[in-house]
Amino acid sequence: MLWACILLPHLALDGVLRRRANHDPLVLVDGAVNARSIVAVNASAREAGLRVGQRLIAARALLVKFEALPCDHQAADRWQRFLAAVAYRYSSEVSLLPHAIVLEVSGSLGLFGPWPRLEATLRSDFSALGFRHRIAVAPTPQAAYVLAGVEDGQAVLTPDHLHRALQSVSTRKSRLPAASIEALSGMGIRTLGQLLKLPRDGLRRRFGVELLQAIDRLLGDLPAGLDTYRPPDVFDLRVELSHEVENIAALVFPLRRMTSDLAAYLAGRDGGVQRFVLRLEHREGRLTEVPVGLLSPERGEGMLFELARGRLEQVQLPEPVLALRLIARDLPGFVPAGRDLFDERPANALPIEQLRERLRAKLGDQAVYRLGSTTDPRPERAQVVSREASTSSLLKAATVPGRSPRARLRHYAQPERNQVRSASGSGAFQPESAAVYAEPHPRPTWLLDRPIPLRGPAPRILAGPERLETGWWDGAEACRDYYVVETSLGQHAWAFCQPGEQSGWMLQGWFA
Amino acid sequence: MGARVALSNLLDARQIWRGRAMPVPAGDQPTGWLALDAALPAGGWPDAALTEILLPVDGVGELSLLLPTLARLSQGKRAVLIVAPPYVPCVAGWQQHGVDMRRVEIVAAPPADVLWATEQCLRSGSCAAVLVWPRQADDRALRRLQVAADAGKALGFAFRDRKHLSAASPAALRLEIEAAPRARVWVRKCRGGAVPPQPFALSRSLH
Repeated sequence: MLWACILLPHLALDGVLRRRANHDPLVLVDGAVNARSIVAVNASAREAGLRVGQRLIAARALLVKFEALPCDHQAADRWQRFLAAVAYRYSSEVSLLPHAIVLEVSGSLGLFGPWPRLEATLRSDFSALGFRHRIAVAPTPQAAYVLAGVEDGQAVLTPDHLHRALQSVSTRKSRLPAASIEALSGMGIRTLGQLLKLPRDGLRRRFGVELLQAIDRLLGDLPAGLDTYRPPDVFDLRVELSHEVENIAALVFPLRRMTSDLAAYLAGRDGGVQRFVLRLEHREGRLTEVPVGLLSPERGEGMLFELARGRLEQVQLPEPVLALRLIARDLPGFVPAGRDLFDERPANALPIEQLRERLRAKLGDQAVYRLGSTTDPRPERAQVVSREASTSSLLKAATVPGRSPRARLRHYAQPERNQVRSASGSGAFQPESAAVYAEPHPRPTWLLDRPIPLRGPAPRILAGPERLETGWWDGAEACRDYYVVETSLGQHAWAFCQPGEQSGWMLQGWFA
Repeated sequence: MGARVALSNLLDARQIWRGRAMPVPAGDQPTGWLALDAALPAGGWPDAALTEILLPVDGVGELSLLLPTLARLSQGKRAVLIVAPPYVPCVAGWQQHGVDMRRVEIVAAPPADVLWATEQCLRSGSCAAVLVWPRQADDRALRRLQVAADAGKALGFAFRDRKHLSAASPAALRLEIEAAPRARVWVRKCRGGAVPPQPFALSRSLH
């Protein structure tokens, strides 16, 4: 067993700082209203002379202008659980300790490389998320916790070295029961090395069994007894804005943080997100919801941000925004798209799926589609719109219209057999399952949404007639003679008229 | 004055620089129309560039000019994007020309976003061909499309009204379709070669 401990000494402050773009002096304060004292300071406040433990009144005397926020312990807990979800990516055994996360890494080294490499990966992950940290590794979680508190970057990889590494650790930093530590220092015992040399019987008599158990856990003689962390099934992140925001552009920065957090969480779960909601909170509990739907599960940080921003920018803010919340419940598995080794596209090509999402984000969810054919011969019902992500669904739709389980396909066609009688002979009989059915009669390349009268002088007939007589079962009966005609402008048109007549032309499409 | 110098002497002395068009590499984007391929300097569509097609009215064979190319690209599993078409593409008609409609994506865009969407498609690098019907496109907008087509190595086709013929265009190839008295295609501009003086006849078979 090998445990890594990620100590988060500035959890509450980092959680606040990471969603701010500026570096103005800022402190977190805690305590009773009339005796507030500083519990955390950022870099510019420290430069100005503010220190942890100072009274807020004293700080006001030192620096005129700084921001003091109440220390939100619940928010710090939320951040800790969020970071545990991120660490869950590297180990299935993750536990929470005060201001720290421990994870069992001996099983992870085979996958993520030897400890120095895994350590660098962890550090870059946590730095990218904006959390300062100290990392240590040791054979027991408590020992890693202690070593991380003493010095950043300690690595004790075998139990034999553990004793030696703990020898010089001061008892004040040993995280043993607080009551015992005070008594021990009164007895002149200042390091763990001195403590470990003492006879166990005497220690039990003096300090009770708790201290011995704590020492045994530290050295691995007792099981660690930690509750393992389970990542939640719902991602829910709320960011309170420091002031009322009336402009969408000001929401972009917090949004970028939120989507990158979502991406980190998804990477930890090895999952993707298909649908999430951005909830803009206004005064008095009023909400604006911005749903973001994707064609297929995604987890790329940049892509999630771009799509969410595209949706957000289309929103008209009815009133100022106080807080932003991102809720993702639909978290399916993520299958990365494969790329052909011999792909001819340029190296920096944007995959077609991402292009489609980008267009949908700006132009609307219905903006990108493909067309498939049905077995219905009526031109207005011969095509279906498909917005599926995969190309195979169209083929399915074309082979079994009306029976496809995909609800997103709109079917105009009846599955019953459609009969076409053609006046030009041949008696075409449309097969039921035509994957790519070759239409023997000329079909135009453009179709009009609905037929319109063909204006101008009488057209010249090039081909036809082709009689279409169908649809008696669904109330949209059609009986028309189709011709290919040439207009006086030289356009080739697909037009129809009543059977037997060659006037009153209705334009159905163009042979463009 | 008076000393006459033979032109050949000057040229031999390399004192005169002769402006010469860059040789156009033979592209591998045949149009599918033998007469047109023979007339064009690249032996087909200019690769990774914008082609402008000017029409008198819709329905004069502008798509049949492209359909052999679209059929070749879509059967090669390459994506073809159609941005803001003026009518609905007819699946049966396109399939008759051999186009695999599963590779054809249609983008419905409001007029203000047509050029943006086209540029995104061209630039993405995952589209083999992008067809667009820009309503209001000036010289700068077309230049952007030309640059995007170059960046994304895509064939761009912009269909515009014939009235834009007199305006200069950054497109690598400009074709004008003449419908009456018979369907003909004039090459109005082609980068890297002389403009063929003769039009080429567009045979308009119905299949």
